[in-house]
Amino acid sequence: MNPEKTSDTALRSDMLEKEPFDFAKWWDRVGILVVLLALVALMAIIAPNFARVDNFLNIARAISVNAILAAGLTLVILTAGIDLSVGSIVAVSGVVSVLAAMAGIPAPVAVIAGMAAGALCGVVNGALTAYLALAPFIVTLGTMTFLRGLAYTMTAGQPIVASDLNFKALGNGYLAGVPVPVIVMLVVYVAVWFLLERTRYGRHVYAVGGNAEAAQLAGVRVKRVVTSVYVIAGACAGLAGVIFAARVISAQPTAGTGYELDAIAAVVLGGTSLAGGRGRIVGTLIGSVILGVLSTGLILMNVPFFTQLLIKGIVIIVAVAIDSLKQRQFIFSRIFKR
Amino acid sequence: MTTNSKQPLLRLEAVSKRFGATQALNSVQFELRTGEVHALMGENGAGKSTLMKILAGNIQRDGGRILLNGQEVEIRSPRDARSLGIAIIHQELNTVPAMTVAENLSLGHEPRTRFGMLDRRRALADARSKLARIGAHIDPRRSLGSLSVGMQQMVEIARAVSEDARVLVLDEPTAALSRGEAQQLYEIIRQMRSAGVGLIYISHRMEEVWQLADRVTVFRDGTFVGTGEMDRITPQDVVRMMVGRSVADLYNHSARTPGKIVLDVAGLAGGAIGPVNFNVRAGEVVSMAGLIGSGRTEVGRLVFGADRRSAGTVRIAGRESRPSDPFEAIADGIAMVPENRKEQGLFLDHSVENNIAISSLDHFTTAGVVRRGEAQKAALEQMKRLRLRLNALELPVKALSGGNQQKAALARWLLRDSEVLILDEPTRGVDIGAKREIYELIDELARAGKAILVISSDLPEAIGISDRILVMREGRIVHELPSAGASEEEVMLHATGASSKPENEGARQ
Repeated sequence: MNPEKTSDTALRSDMLEKEPFDFAKWWDRVGILVVLLALVALMAIIAPNFARVDNFLNIARAISVNAILAAGLTLVILTAGIDLSVGSIVAVSGVVSVLAAMAGIPAPVAVIAGMAAGALCGVVNGALTAYLALAPFIVTLGTMTFLRGLAYTMTAGQPIVASDLNFKALGNGYLAGVPVPVIVMLVVYVAVWFLLERTRYGRHVYAVGGNAEAAQLAGVRVKRVVTSVYVIAGACAGLAGVIFAARVISAQPTAGTGYELDAIAAVVLGGTSLAGGRGRIVGTLIGSVILGVLSTGLILMNVPFFTQLLIKGIVIIVAVAIDSLKQRQFIFSRIFKR
Repeated sequence: MTTNSKQPLLRLEAVSKRFGATQALNSVQFELRTGEVHALMGENGAGKSTLMKILAGNIQRDGGRILLNGQEVEIRSPRDARSLGIAIIHQELNTVPAMTVAENLSLGHEPRTRFGMLDRRRALADARSKLARIGAHIDPRRSLGSLSVGMQQMVEIARAVSEDARVLVLDEPTAALSRGEAQQLYEIIRQMRSAGVGLIYISHRMEEVWQLADRVTVFRDGTFVGTGEMDRITPQDVVRMMVGRSVADLYNHSARTPGKIVLDVAGLAGGAIGPVNFNVRAGEVVSMAGLIGSGRTEVGRLVFGADRRSAGTVRIAGRESRPSDPFEAIADGIAMVPENRKEQGLFLDHSVENNIAISSLDHFTTAGVVRRGEAQKAALEQMKRLRLRLNALELPVKALSGGNQQKAALARWLLRDSEVLILDEPTRGVDIGAKREIYELIDELARAGKAILVISSDLPEAIGISDRILVMREGRIVHELPSAGASEEEVMLHATGASSKPENEGARQ
């Protein structure tokens, strides 16, 4: 008999016996998905024209820019950081890619130039945060303002329309009936999922967010990891900016204003803790979809814009409150066990 | 102050306190007279801080009586303590660094002008007189944060005195002070004593206790051992009272024959530490003993690249190791289990598997991708070796008991299989069963040829599990002795510096 095998089966039955259904754990995994499905069902019933394939594709395309921002931001928030500059990066990278395309640079290179501009902004954010030990909130508040100014400066404050933009398919094209931005978004999510769930780097990201000091003492190069997450967030914002520019076929210095807050909302809705170390990228995607479904549904129901903001605000607070109560429940159960 | 010795100022009778399964104080007694400095001594965990917290009103006793001037009193809150005239000077100060000295001294009862505005002039004058009362020369207009720790402490004492404290408890007040500052503090303490204040002085330093105190009381494992007059007792007596417990054969280890030098440290310095020289051989366990704050942890961190070195060389099996961070130290074959597992060792929210595998992921990675099956199997193997419940693999590590958490922290480095292991307080807060298992593990690792440095505040442990003992005091290794035949008294004498004093030299005249 193989001794390895026996211990394995022993392990299995052990797990089965000792793990009764745990609501908190179950909610942790699928709770947000339940919320999304309930929301979709509700909208399908009360909002006219909601439950149609083309509407779903529209929602998907509408959320793609925010969802790509939120994907990069998830890494930053997992390390207990924050990046407020991603909205401004959307504008800067859009401007860079449009200007590049107008200078006759081929489409793929123009797209990459936009992403590289975003990544470069991330290098600045990350290096200031990690190596000068500045608070990321303040650093990125500064770069948010600076980069917005940079976008205005590069465009002299006016939108630059490029009607024959060579990469406009990135925003407006379809591939097998699916909008290109949606495909890009899904690729980004698969890539980030793989990075976080399957690579050593991903485990290091969680470790840094879970306990930076312990990570350092466990041999994780904390400063490098911290820098890198801002670079990834910058590159994602850069990609989002390029898609946005392609979608509106122009460079808009005001592009992405306020997007950082929607992205943060999506990440937090998705269950990632602002304290770092806890969260899943799939949650962020669902969080983005919830925000998208909510806006579209409310628009279809002709709810006034002001009221939409009221509802969105409440949804965000309720979601965070649920998360916090869950945490407290855990602490309570620990105390009573003793 | 004529009848002081008859009527005690403060008297504790049969005071007990239990935390869960731990009896922190077991029916202890203590007596403080007016105009007396009474030293309270004991090893870590003896119950000194519990007693202090009870007096401060931070926790409530389970049994016994507290009498102040012969009257039974209840101290239900820090507020009660203050109104009874009991003040505590903690190691961590209770002041606001960003405010001025005067503002700190008037905090909570700021003088106001007729119009309800802050009366700065009066606050300043009050502060001056409060500082003058304890003879401290500090400009009350300076911001508190700009003062040295010693001066900040004096401000806090001035505040306590101004609130008419009759009982003042000082918890290791000189731990962070320079020699000059300490002398100044002693002067203030003597002044307060002659003004009739009763002072409880908690300290590990024999020298200053003999300089200052009138009497000393020793606690051990939450029980009262004895009280003695300073001039009828020697430092050696006190040490014996502090450590004299029976030691079970918990620490039996196999006969080991150390091999070649693996860890060789020469002239290592950094911060307030060093230079220190020592080595650890293959198959050898070396203990580093000393009081809290003597620099043991810092030496470990310097070797491990966690703090910056200012001088010295470290060799691992002959090769020089100059890590700029723990990552490089680990690559050089060093492992360190830090002192404080919750804050420095573990990722409490993360699974046991992740906690164990995190430092060895490079062994289970192809092109950056973790081979998860292998990593999991390796973690399980270490859990089996340490007799951790295997179904804990996926649980967050915070769901484990203290002993099992420590095992998870150890498992991380067992998996890494480093040549040099630095274990900082490996059994702190761990139950006796897990302790025994950890000792067995250390023995097993030594037999497998690892070089092990154990930093421990638990003297019987430091002696019992090791081959040699290094004693540290004030950032340096002051003594080295073989563990076989070493007594706790001997180690304690060197750790406290009492050995450099001839018997009775310090007794007050």
